[in-house]
Amino acid sequence: MENQNLNLLDRALGLDGPSEPWPLSGRVVLIEDCVETSGSFVLHQLVKRSLSPTSSNVIIFVAFANPFSHYDRILRKLGCNLVTQRDNKRFIFFDMLMLRCPDVDEGKSSEGGLVLLYEKILKTICGLPGDKKDYVTIMIDDISLVEVAANGGSDYVLDFLHYCHALTSEFDCSLITLNHEDIYSSMERPTLILQMEYLADILIKAEPLSTGLATDVHGQVWLSDYLSSQRT
Amino acid sequence: MKAAQTPHKKEVPCVFGRPPQLPITKIIRLSAALLARHRRCSTPTAALSLPPRVCSLRPESLSCRLSTIYSWHFTGKTKLCSVDAAMATTKPRLSSFSRNLSAVSSSQTPGVKCGPNGTMFVSSGIADLDKILGGGFPLGSLVMVMEDAEAPHHMLLLRNFMSQGLVHGQPLLYASPSKDPRGFLGTLPSPASLKHDKSRDRESEQEKGLRIAWQYKKYMGENQPNFDSHRDNKQDYCNEFDLRKPLERHYFTRQRVNCVGIQDSKNLAALQEHCASFLAQHQRNDGSCALAGRIAIQSLCAPQCEHSNMDWEMLSFIKSLKGMVRSSNAVVVITFPPSLLSLSSTKRWQHMADTLLSVAAIPDEDKELAKLLSGYQDMVGLLNVHKVARLNTQVPLILEATTFSIKLQKRRFLVLECLNQAPVDGSSGSSYGTSGSCSGSSKAGTLDF
Repeated sequence: MENQNLNLLDRALGLDGPSEPWPLSGRVVLIEDCVETSGSFVLHQLVKRSLSPTSSNVIIFVAFANPFSHYDRILRKLGCNLVTQRDNKRFIFFDMLMLRCPDVDEGKSSEGGLVLLYEKILKTICGLPGDKKDYVTIMIDDISLVEVAANGGSDYVLDFLHYCHALTSEFDCSLITLNHEDIYSSMERPTLILQMEYLADILIKAEPLSTGLATDVHGQVWLSDYLSSQRT
Repeated sequence: MKAAQTPHKKEVPCVFGRPPQLPITKIIRLSAALLARHRRCSTPTAALSLPPRVCSLRPESLSCRLSTIYSWHFTGKTKLCSVDAAMATTKPRLSSFSRNLSAVSSSQTPGVKCGPNGTMFVSSGIADLDKILGGGFPLGSLVMVMEDAEAPHHMLLLRNFMSQGLVHGQPLLYASPSKDPRGFLGTLPSPASLKHDKSRDRESEQEKGLRIAWQYKKYMGENQPNFDSHRDNKQDYCNEFDLRKPLERHYFTRQRVNCVGIQDSKNLAALQEHCASFLAQHQRNDGSCALAGRIAIQSLCAPQCEHSNMDWEMLSFIKSLKGMVRSSNAVVVITFPPSLLSLSSTKRWQHMADTLLSVAAIPDEDKELAKLLSGYQDMVGLLNVHKVARLNTQVPLILEATTFSIKLQKRRFLVLECLNQAPVDGSSGSSYGTSGSCSGSSKAGTLDF
């Protein structure tokens, strides 16, 4: 552990301890960001930590925002080769950029598209070898685009998230999602984000600095760990 | 702010004399520095050893047991085994106004230049904007411009963008809610004649102006190697467009330009078809870059279009367009009036954009603004840069300023300038800004700096 360059985010998440059992297994992490400050760097950091050589995690990455090459380049600079990990079946990439539930039969097919996605995830987990089944991390980038893919059916998106959440207890996998908080802040009843925040064990918010622009410091991160506070 | 401490006008000494008090230049600079410092935080300490290109955090405060606030930033130093030359960057990433362009190599394709992280740029048609955005618009990205209902400044950006593509021979797909989209092509500007290019360059050489004077030609190569080397090429990466001179008709032949009207169609399916077939011609194959393509969509949610109240339909269209453009050598520019969308939808559109700009009108006779800003009379509008594309990287481009003034030089050439605060005069209460820009004040007598 000493050779790893850890930073405070890792420490706050408990990733500085022994990597088995994986500290985030069975937990739900929600990353929130806004237009001014993107929170995707937290996701990249978690990918890197999950795929460290000392752990035996498997990541199922459901990407709605960017293609594989984007993440590949970023993670390479962080010292993690996603192509190799993909070949080793430790990084499973679902490219959902072009997913669009056809709106011919609006109600049924929006749901249908997400149901298929869930089934795909479940099938992938079940298809993993026995020892790896306990160390799965599901990452979704990002939830607002899942809503767009479902043509605005946030109920279907919530159902999908609840099903994924069930996986955390069934298989002890961790669920990490990214969403944009400012989309929902102007809504009267922001059901989706509230439910997600309720489900989350750890909430990470990336915001711009309250003092304004700065050349060296790009923003601030709030980290709320609900699970550990309940234990104390 | 030190504004209250500025000396009275009568007491301001001539710069060339021996000033008993602080010269006004220093006061202005001090004020600007104070303002900047007020905006900036103290530099974060590298409390921990920094992993390459990963955030380093330090706790600012422990406000409650549950939450902790960290500040984060990215370090510029990277250590990576480069797989190919394009990915290897060992330079520390400086937060400067313009990216280090000397690292750029000229590509084979005209109008396309290589950028960091394996991206390629095309010009926006406005040299200042290219500089601000660190090279131009990256291929594969989606640019959104938020319109202002009061003034059509987004059209200036769109026109320059389209003209630049046509001058470079890059195919263009233009969609507009107007009845005759093709007619818009007649308003596109033409590249300025070479004579003006040089004189503009001369005007921009402010500090060195006295030195080079009429012999600017001799020094042009030395002073600005990055830009001037391009100038010598037959096809400049970014042309200077003369808004008063229409683009020659031979540029917009049918093969190169496809115009689509979006007013009459029931939904966006037809437009999506057009975009899909256009982008299919510009598929990105690893390494090589055939001709780059440009898509310009004007006022996507304009009220006269039938789809304008179909929020999710439009979002779905943008999402699939973005997905398609990611794997192609093209840039999409979409303008839209945010006032016509719900707040939540506007945020969704903003999140979808890779590069997000907005234009704002400036009221004609605003005395308050005239006092505040220098060069107010020449300003046509304001441009705000909200987001800059970060393809293949997680390090944001931190700009020194996000708001720029749009000016028309000689009523022909579009320039973007940083906002400069006008010097405030203590005694008379009026600002020097009313008389002209900072650099060329007409009350220059005792204030030459």
